[in-house]
Amino acid sequence: MKPARFDYQRAESAAEACEALAELGGDARVLAGGQSLVPMLNMRLAQPRLLVDISRIEALQKIERSGGRLLVGAGARQAALLSHDGLAEAAPLLAAALPWVGHAQTRARGTVCGSLAHADPSAELPTCLLALQGAVRLRSSRRHRELPAEAFLAGLMSTAREDDELVEAAAFPLRRAGEGQAFREFGRRHGDFAIVGAAAVVSAQRIRLAVGGVADRPMARDWPALEGSALDDALNAFAWELGARDDLHASARLRRDLVRALGREAIEEARRCRA
Amino acid sequence: MPRLSADRRTEVRFTLNGRPVAGLAEPRLLLSDFLRHVVGATGTHVGCEHGVCGACTVRIDGGLARSCLTLAVQVEGCTVETVEGLAPGPARLSVLQEAFRRHHALQCGFCTAGILMSLDTLLRDEPAADKARIEEVLGGHLCRCTGYGPIVSAALDAAERLSEDPGAGDAPEERDGDV
Repeated sequence: MKPARFDYQRAESAAEACEALAELGGDARVLAGGQSLVPMLNMRLAQPRLLVDISRIEALQKIERSGGRLLVGAGARQAALLSHDGLAEAAPLLAAALPWVGHAQTRARGTVCGSLAHADPSAELPTCLLALQGAVRLRSSRRHRELPAEAFLAGLMSTAREDDELVEAAAFPLRRAGEGQAFREFGRRHGDFAIVGAAAVVSAQRIRLAVGGVADRPMARDWPALEGSALDDALNAFAWELGARDDLHASARLRRDLVRALGREAIEEARRCRA
Repeated sequence: MPRLSADRRTEVRFTLNGRPVAGLAEPRLLLSDFLRHVVGATGTHVGCEHGVCGACTVRIDGGLARSCLTLAVQVEGCTVETVEGLAPGPARLSVLQEAFRRHHALQCGFCTAGILMSLDTLLRDEPAADKARIEEVLGGHLCRCTGYGPIVSAALDAAERLSEDPGAGDAPEERDGDV
């Protein structure tokens, strides 16, 4: 399994990367950590004419807090975010979910924005971005824009990024006072993609639950502070609305069971974390 | 930097286990293949070639990486470490390698190079790593013959020796028997 031929350009700035993307459009692919893209190249599922390597652009490697949000640059690796100072207090959902993203060996290289741009429906980070109502910053030679998670995540391995756009950063809202967050996942092995992943964000008045691994993209629901059987009913309705299907990894019925069970667990843990 | 053409081989230079190396690579050449076929460093093994099995794990600038998910041109100017660099001398094994030997933590040895790189990195960062941490890191590797029990035992043994004597990694005991 060797990649097909491609040209390679190590961009020294985001502007240079955008120029290359503007020139080649969909024939170019952005290489950051390579943990999703290079397997696709090796299996020849992706055969771009040009790889634009952004991994050495220092300005894109920043992780910083600004305006109540954690901004994670396109070059910031998953391991760097996991070891970011104060992550467990500032963004507990990310601190809980990141250990589920691949293995230590892939987190050391893989980037947060790369996982979002890859948009695997089972991946943890897109599910978290949606749960937190975060956003993705896109940049091209024409414009800068920001898309909320639900607009960015457009379907199975597909996003609203246009061919000439670079995912420049992801913006995760910081935990607000009185908010609890929790993550649950079920997979065949730790480190595999989730069969179902559930991310809960709970405040005194509301519950937000995002679920990955069932529909063609992560999906979220907002509820008032439901309890007991009312919460069971809401989770059950959500589980059916996701349109689970049988596949090699799990039956539709198991997936619905997992949505109900992991959803409930994540919500209850998030409630405990509020205290 | 200028765009490298798909059909042209360019010179790639980096430091491998403390020594400078250079060789020609076209952009699509994987680091795993560059190490084995261009440099001739065949200690790094190639299994699945999509980042799942862990056999090809190396260190790049001190951090773990799957060399099958890294292009050779990406490590230009970097520091790369492979299993060949773990032993402190020709007749000596590292504390972790010694522990693998004692515990029979390998059979065919195909997965061993990558596992040693991961566990060496763990024990470098966390000399007192416990079983849970060892199993977590080992989770990034597949072994198809010994099973994982002896590998975990070896890593725990090495962790115990390293946390009792932090200098042990620098000057391991003389290997008994043949040289």
